[in-house]
Amino acid sequence: MISLRFVPVWRRNFLVWRKLAIPSVLGNFADPVIILLGLGYGLGSMLPEVGGVPYIAFFAAGTLCSATMNSATFETMYSAFSRMHVQRSWEAIMTAPLTLEDVVLAELVWAASKSFLAGLAILIVIWSLGLSHSWLSLWVLAVIPLIGLCFGALALIMTALASNYDFFMYYFTLVITPMTMLCGVFFPTDRLPQVFQAIASVLPLSHATSLVRPLLFGEVPGHAVLHLAVLAAYAACAACISLLILRRRLAS
Amino acid sequence: MTSVLSVRDLRKSYGAHEVVRGVSLTVERGQCFGLLGPNGAGKTTTLRLCLGLTEPDSGSIELAGEPVPQRARQARIRVGVVPQMDNLDPDFTARENLLVYGRYFGRTDRDIVERIPRLLEFAGLSGRGDSRIQALSGGMKRRLTLARALVNDPDVIFLDEPTSGLDPQARHLIWERLKQLLAQGKTILLTTHFMEEAERMCHRIGIMDQGRIISEGTPRALIEQHIEPEVVEVYGDGVDEWCRRAASDSASRVEQSGETVFCYSSDARPVLARLEAERNLRYLHRPANLEDVFLKLTGRELRD
Repeated sequence: MISLRFVPVWRRNFLVWRKLAIPSVLGNFADPVIILLGLGYGLGSMLPEVGGVPYIAFFAAGTLCSATMNSATFETMYSAFSRMHVQRSWEAIMTAPLTLEDVVLAELVWAASKSFLAGLAILIVIWSLGLSHSWLSLWVLAVIPLIGLCFGALALIMTALASNYDFFMYYFTLVITPMTMLCGVFFPTDRLPQVFQAIASVLPLSHATSLVRPLLFGEVPGHAVLHLAVLAAYAACAACISLLILRRRLAS
Repeated sequence: MTSVLSVRDLRKSYGAHEVVRGVSLTVERGQCFGLLGPNGAGKTTTLRLCLGLTEPDSGSIELAGEPVPQRARQARIRVGVVPQMDNLDPDFTARENLLVYGRYFGRTDRDIVERIPRLLEFAGLSGRGDSRIQALSGGMKRRLTLARALVNDPDVIFLDEPTSGLDPQARHLIWERLKQLLAQGKTILLTTHFMEEAERMCHRIGIMDQGRIISEGTPRALIEQHIEPEVVEVYGDGVDEWCRRAASDSASRVEQSGETVFCYSSDARPVLARLEAERNLRYLHRPANLEDVFLKLTGRELRD
């Protein structure tokens, strides 16, 4: 099922991106940096250290994860929906010798690629602000694409179900925003009531922050294999579910 | 002659609605086959089934020597498709559209780039390679879509209503280009609801209605088989009264649609004689055409 036929579709998206690269890269840097500096220093100045590090260093790991998540989510929701429904690009691709599986794989790898840029931008900021000094932080570069793949696949389910762009607000309001609050982006999960800690522990973003934060602080993450496996499992299941729904949607 | 597309007893339902109800057809190499039918007849679904984009409930398809849908992907390597609605990439120039599309066929950039000038020339877009899609007219977009369908040098070209929404000039240009492709030995399968298009372009026509091919043959044979050779269309004040009084005993078959009476016969002279004295009526005497066949077979009521 998986073949390299997806590559020309990925290159198509890359060519479109290249034409809009400057504002896109600016967005990768500017938005999260403003939030990181604003909340990190502003809020951080009123807070004691969190888990033995300054608040901004704690928050930086969360920003990296949430920016990666948001980038992949936007790509497979709004952008993929445009390509599928509005511009009918998928339809054109599938009358060539490519299949829906190729298109879905291309969308997911592309979402992971774009989220890699978003995560890398934050990582560069983290390094240049001196918030991470460890060589272990290089491992974050390997984790970012997996986070992107996971959230890209989850959002693709929404795209498969959507009849218009407004539908995506449900996902942001009911899934992404609560997840950002629960999963250790702004504050440690152990500050939550037990029941919310339990919920957070099964959400993919928790596993992303559990991997990225220790790596930035120069520690080997505990249960690293478990966290990686959960992210990979979310990615694989969501990819299959979205493929099933898309197959039904596009057959008619 | 060898067949490029061979379809046997194809069926497809969506829910309780059977859209394709036992379609069989054969398209020979180098021929243009037209599926002619009103809206909702099942033409587009038949095309999608032949391309392997939709799975049939039953029936067999062989396209370019490959069984479909089992090996549809391999079959599509030899096929070019012009969809009903343009789906060119709006973010790209004309040239980029061709390049990006050619890559989907596994062609190298060098191979595609070498073909692009000829493709643009064929589409009459030689000077427009760097134009954005939004800057092209409807006719130009359709021609570019046709050029895109040729980027893989296909043996067979599928066109779903290729001239819908185009003005007469643009339509004639498309027809001329399709004739060039036939002259090069390409095989064409098109759907249309323009009689003129079917009559001009197609070697064979299948008239489709309610999921079935209800008649098939050359345009001339269909006319001879189904319709009296001469038609007199009569309209004007008092046409109803004239129809009752004179039409039925001077023509072999009479149809009325709104304000027009159609008199079909093998010899129109008796009808014309009965019209001579009628000052208020206007008429048109013409040979029977495919539209007459179409309307006789599929009825005159509106399809939506």
